[in-house]
Amino acid sequence: MSGGDLIVIGNGMVGQRFVDALRARDPQGSWRVTVLAEEGRPAYDRVRLSAYFDGVSESELNLHTPHDGVRLRLGEPATAIDRDRQVVTTAVGEYRYDALVLATGSYPFVPPVAGAELPGVFVYRTLDDLAAIRAYARGRRVGAVIGGGLLGLEAANALRLLGLSTDVVEFAPRLMPVQVDQAGGAMLRRYVDDLGVRTHLGVATTAIRPGADGRVAALELSDGSTIDAELVVVAAGIRPRDQLARDAGLPLGPRGGVLVDATCRTGDERIWAVGECAAVDGTCHGLVAPGYATAEVVADRLVGGAATFPGADTATKLKLLGVDVASFGDAHGTTEGCLDVTFTDPATRVYAKLVLSDDAHTLLGGVLVGDASAYPTLRASVGGPLPAAPLALLAPDGGGADAGALPAAAQVCSCNAVTRGDVDAAIAGGCADVAAVKACTRAGTSCGSCVPMLKQLLDAAGVVQSSALCEHFDVSRRELFEIVRVRGIRTFSRLVAEHGRGRGCDICKPVVASILASLGSGHVLDGEQASLQDTNDHFLANLQRDGSYSVVPRIPGGEITPEKLIVIGEVARDFQLYTKITGGQRIDLFGARVEQLPQIWRRLVDAGFESGHAYGKALRTVKSCVGETWCRYGVQDSVGLAVALELRYRGLRAPHKLKSAVSGCARECAEARSKDFGIIATETGWNLYVGGNGGFRPRHADLFATDLSTDALITLIDRFLIYYIRTADRLQRTAGWIEAMDGGLDHLRSVIVDDSLGLCADLDEAMARHVSSYSDEWRDVLNDPDRLRRYTSFVNAPDVPDPSITFTRERGQPVPVRDHPPTGSEPTNGHRRQPVTLGLPEVRR
Amino acid sequence: MTQTLTLTWTTVCLVDRLEPDRGVAALVDGAQIALFRTADGLFAIDNRDPVSGAYVLSRGIVGSRGGVPTVASPLHKQVYDLRSGHCLDLPGVAVARHDVRCRNGLVEVRLRQEG
Repeated sequence: MSGGDLIVIGNGMVGQRFVDALRARDPQGSWRVTVLAEEGRPAYDRVRLSAYFDGVSESELNLHTPHDGVRLRLGEPATAIDRDRQVVTTAVGEYRYDALVLATGSYPFVPPVAGAELPGVFVYRTLDDLAAIRAYARGRRVGAVIGGGLLGLEAANALRLLGLSTDVVEFAPRLMPVQVDQAGGAMLRRYVDDLGVRTHLGVATTAIRPGADGRVAALELSDGSTIDAELVVVAAGIRPRDQLARDAGLPLGPRGGVLVDATCRTGDERIWAVGECAAVDGTCHGLVAPGYATAEVVADRLVGGAATFPGADTATKLKLLGVDVASFGDAHGTTEGCLDVTFTDPATRVYAKLVLSDDAHTLLGGVLVGDASAYPTLRASVGGPLPAAPLALLAPDGGGADAGALPAAAQVCSCNAVTRGDVDAAIAGGCADVAAVKACTRAGTSCGSCVPMLKQLLDAAGVVQSSALCEHFDVSRRELFEIVRVRGIRTFSRLVAEHGRGRGCDICKPVVASILASLGSGHVLDGEQASLQDTNDHFLANLQRDGSYSVVPRIPGGEITPEKLIVIGEVARDFQLYTKITGGQRIDLFGARVEQLPQIWRRLVDAGFESGHAYGKALRTVKSCVGETWCRYGVQDSVGLAVALELRYRGLRAPHKLKSAVSGCARECAEARSKDFGIIATETGWNLYVGGNGGFRPRHADLFATDLSTDALITLIDRFLIYYIRTADRLQRTAGWIEAMDGGLDHLRSVIVDDSLGLCADLDEAMARHVSSYSDEWRDVLNDPDRLRRYTSFVNAPDVPDPSITFTRERGQPVPVRDHPPTGSEPTNGHRRQPVTLGLPEVRR
Repeated sequence: MTQTLTLTWTTVCLVDRLEPDRGVAALVDGAQIALFRTADGLFAIDNRDPVSGAYVLSRGIVGSRGGVPTVASPLHKQVYDLRSGHCLDLPGVAVARHDVRCRNGLVEVRLRQEG
């Protein structure tokens, strides 16, 4: 079998992975693929489904990649398979196949109790389910979850986030019975109790009762008790969706599922099954890693390969209700003669168990609750010798678990089946940092839990990542910041003499200028500081390609009076400046010569404008939507907050530019989640998002804190910004800073919310100093003849304007004459300026 | 073969007018010159950035690379040796350099036309 028509039924995670894997192996497209999907949206990340309640959007969960030669039929479920005619039927028509792959997944099991069909009873499987839960939860107070497993606890957290008081009912005597043992379950329960989620263990739900309005109102339990529940989520396990196969007469597994052998082929040689619907040698697997493994096997077989199912890796690591839980290998110690080593610390709420072979030499499995930092190394060591003494491995920081001790065959990334040998080969092939290893091997690109191991493997291979700023300083920006701060150094010459060498360069000088400015060392053009500044900071304007500058006055929050708008128009007209509205809700005036800058500022400053710092690695704008003042959907005063934030942080110098926005409701018209710090209004306050950016590598900001008062919000942003300024690398935006931080967002939260490093008072004080010492840089230049002297065209001919700056007109405005052909060795890089007016209607002016 | 046509010295400005480690532009015999005052002395090169064609080199950041006094173009940061005019990042690219001296507190420039 090496080509023809291929039908895939199902576009879940595994179905999509199968198509990706096949396309990678079949670049000629000898298989013409049709995917029949039941849901109206393409494949999304069901593992991260709950992130939907943290504000993660549908598009961020999307997993679908379009491929040439693959037809995706959304909302068109298969209804029957005719094996004799090799045809799949849908409501729309028939599809003939040469090969058929079943990827129908599973469905939630709902126990057969009275009332399971009542309004207000939900399952937790699809984005539509979650949207329905969210809509129904509005205005309700109490909810319950049937099932205390992995999905049940996620659902409980979702209800909690939706503001419902929540009960969890679990038939087994502990939470997460599949993954953790009794002691681990008990530790987990302490965390769950603290969150105010009530657990009922070892009891069954006997009935779901309606209230007077016919909607669900209560659960009756097997111990005779009753609990109130206006909303119920059933998360009591899953069952394979095998009805199509059953109807088509294909053999099934002993407990359901489409029976397949180790090649994932069903009883029909043209039909295969992957993921949760497949019973591989009789067993169904409900995790994504074994599902992906089946997808790879079938993709390989369809192009003539000989892959077989490698056995299920049931290892799991997750963060549930803020608690790390991990389980791997023989977690329950079912191997004959095995030994347990356990560690329990009720004070720090850490529980860990290792299951060892009877000779205590081989790691068989384990359970971790409360701290799972040792998980990646431990999981990779299963079946092999222990990488360190058991107690060292179980120490809460996982200090003894070093990936450097792993054998080459150990699987480092189970999501993508990458071994240590693969990673070492990539490093030997020239990958010098984690990002390169990820790109080369795909390790760490799914759940990300193995990323710390990739770093350890780089270390073990002797790859040293230099943090030296440039040839003049051996330290990073962060270390330089500390040196300057702690030693109170205020000049570059002293810093380079005491802590560096040479005369500096265009890399270290602006970095030091920015550090000095962040520490509040007077005007950026005072004394020696002036010589450190990049030309933009030196002229307080933005250099353009022809040697002219652009000028951006601050328009806080994008709010401007008609009078000020007229002044900008008059200035642009009088100095013949090209005028454009920016993405940050302000106005950029282009084509100013250096000697014109003070004259332009004079007019603007007299009208009440100040520098917008468009030229600086500094706060740019705080964009806003119009908010509840005008908008019928708005719930808070987004413009007022944006103005306040922009005025508070104006002039704050940082390792890179800083952008912000405030949206007045969840519709998010201000695009706050694409900003370094974005704020979205809620009914009761503000949600803070951090680490977003547009640009070359767009990234949505992550939810950091919810329903904050304005004061609490500002305190958090103050600390976030100062901590970023102190510890980020050169030209590292907040997104990269958080990504590179050990512990990521959680660590950031512990530092600036819980004050784990005892820094908060200092951070608050630093921001207070910034706010009180701010003054307008343009006005300061206008008031100082020494500084004004720099703004001349030629030192010996100040009255002669630069003759090289000339303009032509385009669409009614001045634009640079493009008569500077590039010289030198750089070819044009294939750059071709495309005409854009051909055949287009002219804009009427 | 380099032929150098030597012109006369032109007085440009008081030396105090040049800030340490920063450049200025000057107009000498109709040509735009970038003048720098560094710890290694005075330097004069063409103001025109040969890569972009814009007249901006006087606004670049002054520094050193391996002991060589340098200026970096403010547009795309190519670094030039202030003594020779050679670009240290792009082989074959260079800017013309000119003679500069300080006499009685006055900066004087003499153009060189190399061809």
